[in-house]
Amino acid sequence: MVSEAVANLADVIDGRSIIVCAGPGGVGKTTTAAAMALAAASRGRRAVVITIDPARRLADALGLTAGLTNQPQQVKGIGPGELWALMLDPKQTFDDVVGRYANDPEQLDRILNNSFYKNVSGALSGTQEYMAAEKLYELHHDDRFDLVIIDTPPTRHALDVIDAPRRLTRFLDHRLYRAIVTPARMGLRVVNFAAQAVLKTIAKIVGGAAIADVVSFFQAFDGMEAGFGERATLVLALLTSPETAYVIVTAPRQDRLDEAAWLSAQLAERKIKPAALVVNRAHPDFGISAIEARAEASDGDPAWTNLAQLAEVAESEERLITPLIAAVAPAPVVRVPLLVRDVHDLSGLGDVAAHLVGR
Amino acid sequence: MDPKAFFTTSQVLIVAGKGGVGKTTVTAVLAKAAAASGLTVRVVAIDEESPLGGLLGLPKPLGPKVVKVTPQITAQLVTPMQALDDYLRDHGMRGVTSQLSRLGILDVVASAAPGIDDILVLAKIKQLDKQQVADLMIVDAPAAGHAIPFLRAPRALREIISVGPINTQAVEAGEMLADSTRCQVILVALAEETPVNEAIETAFALEEDIGVKLGPIVVNALYPAVTDLVAPPRARTAVATAARFRLARLQAQAEHRDRLAVGLPLPQLVLPFVFDASLTSETTDTLAKVLLEAIRAL
Repeated sequence: MVSEAVANLADVIDGRSIIVCAGPGGVGKTTTAAAMALAAASRGRRAVVITIDPARRLADALGLTAGLTNQPQQVKGIGPGELWALMLDPKQTFDDVVGRYANDPEQLDRILNNSFYKNVSGALSGTQEYMAAEKLYELHHDDRFDLVIIDTPPTRHALDVIDAPRRLTRFLDHRLYRAIVTPARMGLRVVNFAAQAVLKTIAKIVGGAAIADVVSFFQAFDGMEAGFGERATLVLALLTSPETAYVIVTAPRQDRLDEAAWLSAQLAERKIKPAALVVNRAHPDFGISAIEARAEASDGDPAWTNLAQLAEVAESEERLITPLIAAVAPAPVVRVPLLVRDVHDLSGLGDVAAHLVGR
Repeated sequence: MDPKAFFTTSQVLIVAGKGGVGKTTVTAVLAKAAAASGLTVRVVAIDEESPLGGLLGLPKPLGPKVVKVTPQITAQLVTPMQALDDYLRDHGMRGVTSQLSRLGILDVVASAAPGIDDILVLAKIKQLDKQQVADLMIVDAPAAGHAIPFLRAPRALREIISVGPINTQAVEAGEMLADSTRCQVILVALAEETPVNEAIETAFALEEDIGVKLGPIVVNALYPAVTDLVAPPRARTAVATAARFRLARLQAQAEHRDRLAVGLPLPQLVLPFVFDASLTSETTDTLAKVLLEAIRAL
């Protein structure tokens, strides 16, 4: 039996060109993203899944023995559509982006070798998310694929995928940046006075060497910010267009649900409605209520005691998810039961896919 | 082992684990168990959205102000911004933080010297430890994959910043982490495939790279066994299906627990799965009693 909610997630998988999978940590987001891509491929789409989770498990499950890389690899034995997967390498992607906008090889070299750049590309909050958005945009315009599915970082940073392009543009548009770069444009090699006062304060805290790197980074970046800005606008437009679906993934435990509710509110603030809610790892419903089972277990029968405990937890989970279901309404809700074994291979992933869209 | 002796092995316990393993719940449980052993405890949350307040039985989320939870337990939130503010105020630079933050300069600084926000937090923890605000301090470490970078920050930052006050802070925070009488890490894991793999990787990274001492590992949410439960192989009744489900989960958990024991030669403290999905302060009270028993059995 396929419930109405399940048919609806199938519609999302059939009809959209981008699916962003967001939710708290440890709820099986990566597996859900991969299972959606597998479902899409078996429904005839050419799907690519971007994961940011460095765990080997997904590569193994997909039979990609050499591991996932920053470039899409095709998974064999899938049809009638195609399934591709890659693991985001933010540093490599950032290097590629810089390469695209650099005015000449010399500028590219200066930036790639700047130690502040090395830190920015690896550690600036939002860099990973910006690069995820960048990769998403790139693959969306790649003729090999008609559906891109992305697994995002745990909740607090999930929406940075939307916000990061703007934030990086703002960073490059920063007053400090202006202050540092302007004199360089005028041919002066000195930093202007106002900026110097600010830099002195920072230098007191982190030391002069770090500051020198920042200054030379901004100077090396000169002339590239317009290209970055235009791209960020395009990426943002794509992420907020009707082509893009947001699927919230969570587990039926109080803390995970609180995070999912927070996420749904954050989406609403950006005028985005979730396309579906996936509740992962819910205890199965064995068709008998906890009250009934407890009555039968009153004589201490172990089988009924077990059923009573499992029914109790399933019922408490169902009660807990009710407010979230109301909050995301009319988004369809799909429940994927707690599986006895972790997903190890394509057939395990296929089981999850079947729960998501029906056989 | 006597619980009081267990909780006084070191002054600071840092609770670490991947998202979804119940790290914050275990933090609250450890705090209550330590208090029940007669110690005063300061609980420190680092994540602003931390549910720790509720798990301790407070009506509100934790803030930077120290709150009294019980006569023995106090709790507070420590954020990089607030730690920086305190630091600058103590060094005669009152009010500078808001100016830096308004200009967005902190973002630039954090990129110039990644890990600086972690150092600010660790330095604050180190300062609280020196002030001996309680017999024991329990820190709910940052979630997800951030625990290793967080604890590695002192070493990483010492390489970038070789002089000045931040260097001093990094050196002192590093000393605290490496001193097993002052600090221990309690890892939390679930008896499942990925959490076990990650716990093993994290443990080796923490011991080898950072030199921090690992306490017993907490294996969270293990299904309790049901005495005399048998699974009829083919029966399609609800009781039979439920029995097969329970036994299969129990077996999978036992296998993962064994794998953890082989991969990580640390004593295990086991906490049971709670058959109620809502996590409340009562849940942590119950689990604290179980934990005390597990500690006595060590």
